[in-house]
Amino acid sequence: MSEIKKTPQSNYSGSVVVDPLTRIEGHLRIEVEVENGKIKDARSCGTLFRGLETILKGRDPRDAQHFTQRTCGVCTYTHALASTRALEDAIKVSIPANATYIRNLVLGLLFMHDHLVHFYHLHALDWVDVTAALAADPAKTAQLASSISPRPAKAADFKAVKERLQAFVNTGQLGPFTNAYFLGGHPSYYLSPEANLLATAHYLEALRMQVKTARAMAVFGAKNPHPQFLIAGGVTCYESLTPARIKEFTDLYKESRKFIEEVYIPDLLLVASQYKDWAAIGGTENFMAFGEFPAVGGERDLNSRWLKHGVILNRKLDAVQPMDPSKIAEHVRHSWYEGDQARTPYEGETKPAFTKMGDKDRYSWLKAPRYDGIAMETGPLAQVLVSYAHKHPAIVPLVDYVLKQLNVGPEALFSTLGRTAARGIETLAIAQQVENWINDFQTNIDKGDKKIAENCEIPDKPCRGVGFVNAPRGGLSHWICIDDQKISNFQLVVPTTWNLGPRDAKHVMSAAEHALVGTPIADPKRPVEILRTIHSFDPCIACAVHVIDGQTNEVHQFKVL
Amino acid sequence: MRIAVGLGKTDGQARLERQGISRRDFMKFCTAVAVTMGLGPSMASEVAAALTGKRASVVYLHCAECTGCSEALLRTYKPFIDSLILDTISLDYHETIMAAAGEAAEEALDKAIKNPDGYIAVVEGAIPMADGGKFGYVGGHTMYDLCKRVLPGAKAVITMGTCAAYGGVQAAKPNPTGSVGVNEAFADMGVKAINLPGCPPNPLNFVGTVVAFLQGREIRLDELGRPLMFFGKTVHELCERLPHFEAGEFAPSFDSEEARKGWCLYDLGCKGPSTYNNCPKVLFNDTNWPVRAGHPCIGCSEPGFWDELTPFYKN
Repeated sequence: MSEIKKTPQSNYSGSVVVDPLTRIEGHLRIEVEVENGKIKDARSCGTLFRGLETILKGRDPRDAQHFTQRTCGVCTYTHALASTRALEDAIKVSIPANATYIRNLVLGLLFMHDHLVHFYHLHALDWVDVTAALAADPAKTAQLASSISPRPAKAADFKAVKERLQAFVNTGQLGPFTNAYFLGGHPSYYLSPEANLLATAHYLEALRMQVKTARAMAVFGAKNPHPQFLIAGGVTCYESLTPARIKEFTDLYKESRKFIEEVYIPDLLLVASQYKDWAAIGGTENFMAFGEFPAVGGERDLNSRWLKHGVILNRKLDAVQPMDPSKIAEHVRHSWYEGDQARTPYEGETKPAFTKMGDKDRYSWLKAPRYDGIAMETGPLAQVLVSYAHKHPAIVPLVDYVLKQLNVGPEALFSTLGRTAARGIETLAIAQQVENWINDFQTNIDKGDKKIAENCEIPDKPCRGVGFVNAPRGGLSHWICIDDQKISNFQLVVPTTWNLGPRDAKHVMSAAEHALVGTPIADPKRPVEILRTIHSFDPCIACAVHVIDGQTNEVHQFKVL
Repeated sequence: MRIAVGLGKTDGQARLERQGISRRDFMKFCTAVAVTMGLGPSMASEVAAALTGKRASVVYLHCAECTGCSEALLRTYKPFIDSLILDTISLDYHETIMAAAGEAAEEALDKAIKNPDGYIAVVEGAIPMADGGKFGYVGGHTMYDLCKRVLPGAKAVITMGTCAAYGGVQAAKPNPTGSVGVNEAFADMGVKAINLPGCPPNPLNFVGTVVAFLQGREIRLDELGRPLMFFGKTVHELCERLPHFEAGEFAPSFDSEEARKGWCLYDLGCKGPSTYNNCPKVLFNDTNWPVRAGHPCIGCSEPGFWDELTPFYKN
């Protein structure tokens, strides 16, 4: 493996604003203060408010999943699942084995899809200079490809990509690559021309691959994005029990898994090996994961999950704690709402109080959730760290493999590079596990179990429930209160508010703000370093801004449930 | 290795062939598009001509939305649709996939809307109008101002999805942000968008609309601004379970023998009779659609469906 490069750094001092921060879901603005070429202060600003939680009040609880799913079309399905789990918790219905299998299979494919698209289409251009690929030698690129993957690679294929790329550049219409930071060369991009060509070819190929992975979800889920097959009590897709549908799903799954194993993971390791300086940039301290993929019969039991929930403080992997939702509080001191203090359940009456764009004091539509008063990171890195700390048999070998390949120690995980690598590890672990779930599902059907749904009613008396999902972006929870068979309150607490919210009442930064501090900036006009760390969190701002309705901190109700 | 894109030259068919897409496969796709447009298979060659001509500039804006429409566009299911997006149209501004960010992105937008050949504007998401538009900003401008800068000068405006068409989910009661669709927000500036509602819209409807526009074909719209070629019939009329409806065969619950047998979902709340769209015919992801997956239609291509067609599980 190559030696570690010194991260280029300017001597710039002043402010840098990135708005719109592209290649994410939603609308995000990042403001940083740079001193002698290093970020010393950062603000993360969500710039869209929609107010879905307000809209949900008074509606039929069964409709909630359709509204909440529209919080995000990227991690689509996770909100529908969280709402459905919350309702099932409220009305205390258990779901049939087949429903758990089918939900897990769709969620598994969502991880495979979402992380693949993130790596290639949202994140890769932070590391890969597409135009530099024009200088690549196709034969050497094929050799490089063969050296990192068992997949057959031909020089002619890379030559064809290079020629097409050249023709594209010659038209002068660069489309999505217009004004890219890497155009004309950028000191912070240091892949070889061959690595750039390899990654560019796979960027394009992955555009097609993800279509199939999404189709696998639609085989059971009706469509993607916004699948439409969940109900409280199970799922509706009787066709998913037929051999033809299972085969269709399985074939698409296998092809997707092969791509992950033979393309995504090798590419990830290749890129990471060239950017090892980023293993010391962009780290955070505290991590929280909800765990995911319930066992049959344990849909509402967090402890039944295949990946475990947990909290890690101060990077102490030997002291992982169970996650206790009663320790969650939400702050608005630096958000565009009235008030200064973290709010307790049902006491909150959030009133939008927009000041101005660029305000340093109140600067985001996102709230600032804290765990026991501490800012947490959630997402793939948190789930991988918690699983590693729990010595999870599917995660430990993959983490060790990645660390060995990169010749780094576990401390490298606490970084922008570690976050991006953890996303690949999580993808691969889930992709491998899906095969077991398909087999279990098939075995169960073969035994004659054809039940996929339980009929259920909304009770007359008031009730409430919570649904936890460890989404591709991290810990997601929905909290529903039902009165007179209608929604009396609904709360979404989503991953991106943890990662990209503003400061809290004690003025402590969120995970992503903290991660940016200390980052070198080579060219303040083209601050790709900001994109690298922010994209490594895979922000989903449309989700995040939905936290900000009036009735806050329903999460404290967890102990009452 | 199969490579997704044929980057750049003027001869579209040659481009496609170099990508391993045969004329036959391509014509098959064009036939599918033509049929979706209600043109009949014989029009496939015209579709092909429109798809392989000069790359038209497209500026795609995101307002109050969830990015599901963009995701739907990425999922277009014929094997070469991604290459058509990169190669047939020049996607000069699209925040979800563009490489540039911040000021560089802003400059890309400026460049695109000054393109002497003009541009097609696509909007995903509603326009938050309350309190001077403060609920939605992009690049320091309100979404309303952003659209005002881009839409009136476009050769055509297409709304992608129900939010941009009619306001969508954030416009559901009590509509805290005062969100409205593009035509309502910008009618006074002469903007007349073609509406492609759906949550998400079917991407093939988008491709078909772009094709029709590039061909210079008249796009006939219903009174809600939707192309009749896609939205001329109800989901109910096209539904594969219509014979069960007509025979009075209804599923009484999701866990019932009737549901297992694939009977009509009307009693479980299906909004197919009130909903104009081509889902049963075109399918999503080339494989399925909600009623086939046993779930009632929620009417997602109708204006105000979040209020007027709820509760979803009752009729």
